[in-house]
Amino acid sequence: MKEEPIRSHTISVLVDNEPGVLARVIGLFSGRGYNIESLTVAETRHKRGLSRITIVTAGTAMIIEQIKAQLGRLVPIHSVADLTLDGPSVAREVALVKVVGTGEHRVEALRIADIFRARVVDSTNESFVFEIVGDTGKLDAFAELMKPLGLVDLSRSGVVAIARGTGTLETE
Amino acid sequence: MAKDQMNGSEILIKALQDQGVEVVFGYPGGAVLPIYDAIFQQNKLRHILVRQEGGAVHAAEGYARSTGKVGCVLVTSGPGATNAVTGLLDAMLDSIPLVCLTGQVPTHLIGNDAFQEADTTGITRPCTKHNYLVKDINDLARVVHEAFYVASSGRPGPVVIDLPKDILMALGDYLPPNKVAHKSYNPRIKGDTAIIKEAVKMLAGAKKPIIYAGGGVINSGPGASQLLAQLAHITGAPVTLTLMGLGAFPASDKQFLGMLGMHGNYEANMAMHDCDVMLCVGARFDDRITGRLDAFSPNSKKIHIDIDPSSINKSVAVDLPIIGDVGHVLEDMIKIWKTSQAKLNDKALKSWWKEIDGWRAKNCLSYRDDAKIIMPQYAIQRLYEKTKDRKDVFITTEVGQHQMWAAQYYKFEKPNHLMTSGGLGTMGYGLPSAMGVQVAHPDALVIDISGEASALMNIQEMSTIAQYRLPVKVFIINNQYMGMVRQWQELLHGSRYSESYMESLPDFVKLAESFGAKGLRATKPDELDGVIDEMIASDTSVIVDVCVAQEENVFPMIPSGAAHNEMLFGDEDKVAKPVSEDGMVLV
Repeated sequence: MKEEPIRSHTISVLVDNEPGVLARVIGLFSGRGYNIESLTVAETRHKRGLSRITIVTAGTAMIIEQIKAQLGRLVPIHSVADLTLDGPSVAREVALVKVVGTGEHRVEALRIADIFRARVVDSTNESFVFEIVGDTGKLDAFAELMKPLGLVDLSRSGVVAIARGTGTLETE
Repeated sequence: MAKDQMNGSEILIKALQDQGVEVVFGYPGGAVLPIYDAIFQQNKLRHILVRQEGGAVHAAEGYARSTGKVGCVLVTSGPGATNAVTGLLDAMLDSIPLVCLTGQVPTHLIGNDAFQEADTTGITRPCTKHNYLVKDINDLARVVHEAFYVASSGRPGPVVIDLPKDILMALGDYLPPNKVAHKSYNPRIKGDTAIIKEAVKMLAGAKKPIIYAGGGVINSGPGASQLLAQLAHITGAPVTLTLMGLGAFPASDKQFLGMLGMHGNYEANMAMHDCDVMLCVGARFDDRITGRLDAFSPNSKKIHIDIDPSSINKSVAVDLPIIGDVGHVLEDMIKIWKTSQAKLNDKALKSWWKEIDGWRAKNCLSYRDDAKIIMPQYAIQRLYEKTKDRKDVFITTEVGQHQMWAAQYYKFEKPNHLMTSGGLGTMGYGLPSAMGVQVAHPDALVIDISGEASALMNIQEMSTIAQYRLPVKVFIINNQYMGMVRQWQELLHGSRYSESYMESLPDFVKLAESFGAKGLRATKPDELDGVIDEMIASDTSVIVDVCVAQEENVFPMIPSGAAHNEMLFGDEDKVAKPVSEDGMVLV
């Protein structure tokens, strides 16, 4: 049999913000052997007690379809959307990048940060913490460039994503 | 205190009653004492005291599957809940609607490693359809009503409600079921008409159609089985059923090809392999059905009706998925078939049936008879012959060879009359399940077709059977082996029978007597009929020890890793077609 191509998909899920809901989602992925590249979750509609989970996962078309169907089957889940398939979407990630160094390295780090429009959110004589927003590729590139300049610590938020245009998750 | 307030246990009992629960299977313990106190003070809800929590869940499964209602279980915290886990997963895999109430330590002790504490919602999360931990008395009634809704709607399944002891004793308001609507769970019932039209067209264009139906038909209600038969008859297509589907189409119907899959009929598997249009109705292309996936029905277009979208395209890619309740979709399909005056090509259908009749002529269920030793197949055939004219016979099985022989040689005419552990394959399921069936149908003849190994897994429930004077019959096919394990060891592991011999078996006749039941034994073929007659005539519970040929194998068989058209038919065959290396790793 020929190998099916594996693609990365960004899936948005609207769930009841109740105890255990994240465990259900994570348990589904680990129990069925799906992989999670990134996962973010936060309450988004306070009045109605809903949270939005954004999952980046990879698999063949058949597995991605399974993942969505399995997610849809969880009782506290309101809606599931595949932002990769359903149309254009915007995805962003935040990273905090700590770079330690002095002299030329320090200046170069600042210069590159400027090119990437990263902000300095903390500074000592020997270190910077940069805040950078962008898609996963941009953050990867930034981290790669910072490595030789003294990158010592990195904290990434995981991807949040939303469909372009007027559509919302609930009506999808 | 407001005068119409009730405590948690009273709210719980009231909610169960309003949900129409008549029987709850359970076992008391510290955390659920308040519920047992509330049970003591009322007469509407009947409690059946089992001997181990696992038995309670299987009993509720038998009750649920034989009635179409939601089964209800009540167990205590910690070990009570963990003992229930196997049954919950069993119900999950076979889509049986259950609500299982588990006790829990008081909310302020949760997470404290308290006595008999277990993270029940954590443990049961992957083996239930949904679960709840009630932390506020004002949520209790709503949660119970929701739980019954979730358990019984869509693809049915088990739901756990974890109940901390302080909640059971707190005061709160009751909320009747009609005040509760679920905010996110709304499974689709009606199929998409446009797709159903397409399906009718596809089916009508078939030259070699087959209908492959499963447990979803039974879960959809008795009406769905009638619709399935109607569709089969107006199309003229052959029908095959999964283990869980047996009874959804009458076994006596001439369009029935028997069960399919690993131990299915030759004609059913060959027809699946060679068909050009397959209509899958409420079945899930399980690995026991498909055999080797890349050789599964290679030339067919596939239509799949299922209420659970995650069943679609899980292992087998289908051409036309129809998401909806089987009964509703079949009804629409029949309507559209009739109004569009669809018809299969007569000539093609005739030659398809001719081909099928050729496979039928192989007579794949024939076995070597013996005048001195009881053949296990013969025992089940005789049981069937002796009971087939009664209207109210319910069969449960354990798991193993006897289960397959029961599926092959007992002919089921109606849905909800076979209770078996199909998905999880839980040994010890049949006896407590039969107990639950008998509670639901006190006057029926309920027979657990068992093996001597499985029988011992939940034998303690004989005590429950005695207590409630349930006339359950346990028909043990005793070959003194874990037969299916031994068969696989013979076929795959050079007949090295590692730990599959049942040594030190009890004397089942005396065992029966010790539980106040009747014990019978048959060791020779000519004793069998008399023993079965005596069993049926007895108004008490009976254990029948049928001593059968020890090393008989279940045939026909698709060895693991093989395709539908590569079946083994008997012991001579297995040498000629050794199991492949790839097949060895499959279960």
